[in-house]
Amino acid sequence: MSALVKSSIARKWIMALSGLFLVVFLTQHFVINITSVIAPDTFNEWSHFMGYNPLVQFLAQPILIGGLIVHFVMGIALEIKNNKARPVKYSKYSGNANSTWVSRNMIITGLVVLAFLGLHMYDFWVHEMTVKYIDVQPEDPTRYLHELKEKFVSPVRVGIYVVSFVLLAMHLWHGFNSSFQSMGAKAVNKGEGLKKATYAWSVLIPAGFIFIALYHHFTH
Amino acid sequence: MKLTLKIWRQAGPEAKGKMVTYPLDGVDGDMSFLEMMDILNEELVNKGEEPVEFDHDCREGICGSCNMMINGQPHGPQKLTTTCQLHMRKFNDGDTITIEPWRAAAFPVIKDLIVDRSSFDRIQQAGAYVSVNTSGNTQDANSIPIEKAKADEAFHSATCIGCGACVAACKNASAMLFTSAKVSQYALLPQGEIEATDRVQNMVRQMDIEGFGNCTNTGACMIECPKGIKLENIARMNSEYLKANI
Ligand code: SF4
Ligand code: FES
Repeated sequence: MSALVKSSIARKWIMALSGLFLVVFLTQHFVINITSVIAPDTFNEWSHFMGYNPLVQFLAQPILIGGLIVHFVMGIALEIKNNKARPVKYSKYSGNANSTWVSRNMIITGLVVLAFLGLHMYDFWVHEMTVKYIDVQPEDPTRYLHELKEKFVSPVRVGIYVVSFVLLAMHLWHGFNSSFQSMGAKAVNKGEGLKKATYAWSVLIPAGFIFIALYHHFTH
Repeated sequence: MKLTLKIWRQAGPEAKGKMVTYPLDGVDGDMSFLEMMDILNEELVNKGEEPVEFDHDCREGICGSCNMMINGQPHGPQKLTTTCQLHMRKFNDGDTITIEPWRAAAFPVIKDLIVDRSSFDRIQQAGAYVSVNTSGNTQDANSIPIEKAKADEAFHSATCIGCGACVAACKNASAMLFTSAKVSQYALLPQGEIEATDRVQNMVRQMDIEGFGNCTNTGACMIECPKGIKLENIARMNSEYLKANI
């Protein structure tokens, strides 16, 4: 088993599967968030469900955090290993002639997204934990929309949010399509359909998140 | 035309190398890149200096030994072309050309532009073969009918000349394109089926032992490969590997 995890191809599979898992999570997250714009009551209802349902809290959430940790720990480990594979660098390297900047710099976009996640966890998750388990406030199923809007008042915060999602879009642009190649889906190279779908998704979902942030910022 | 060449010079495997600048005059557009290097070396020899060591053999794009990183691209700027097949008309009078060896931990420099690619040989030895009974009852390979499309694909994968440009181009110095081409050429044929499981496992293991980096699907390898070996081979190797492990 450990030999398998050390294998370069097994690691490809791990990156691809954990990445796809995060893609699914992001989609679900978006679906909930967009209700804050189109159906505020539904947003409160769903947020409350997500915050208090034991299956979500004690099963889904740990799995999500686990998947996230696997993805970034493996990503960083691979970056270190790959740097070692070329100890002497080229004095001239024309990367743009054969590949996109985004595909070569997943570590940069990834680390920015990771830093953003730190802030995001502090903003929402730490807050939730405090409300629920430290201050032990009574359940209030209507507090979510109002709390969300509060977070988007500061232009600095909204700015950080927007930049992070642009970088997330870049990360997904390469990563989402790439995961199918890693899992041996030859179709990705032949049929352009799947590739285009992953590109569209990579732009639309982050753009949607940005829209939601700006919407709340300007309608506060 | 007149050129300025910046070339990596390194006296031996352990020596510290450096980039050295050489002006070169009288280069003709119809010369190949290696002929241009020959002229430089002739000048150096006449001056009593060490010529620049570089690998070459066939000079017709089939042996895969004329490896040079030219202006940051393996085998230079022209697609589907080895250095020996690259002509100086691709460059302009007054150009500065940077020439370096392949850079990878698994391709240590022997001297100047020559690297040791025996790691590729070891990957091939780990599984890029089919065992045939040669006791006298050997079957003719053509007695097994093979779909034309499959045969063509296998043949295309087999055109990899083992030059290492894929590794040189890859930001991770990954050897997946090479290894996957060698895995694919057998995986696509019925003759390769018997040893399929061991082949992919052993070749991937050897590839990892040699210290090549991990593929992150940038696709640089396919663009720089002088034989146009396709990324599909890597996808195929990934699925072959999964099949072999479950
Ligand atoms: S896959 Fe292409 S670039 Fe890599 S060794 Fe084979 S011929 Fe050279
Ligand atoms: S010298 Fe043989 S391929 Fe260039």
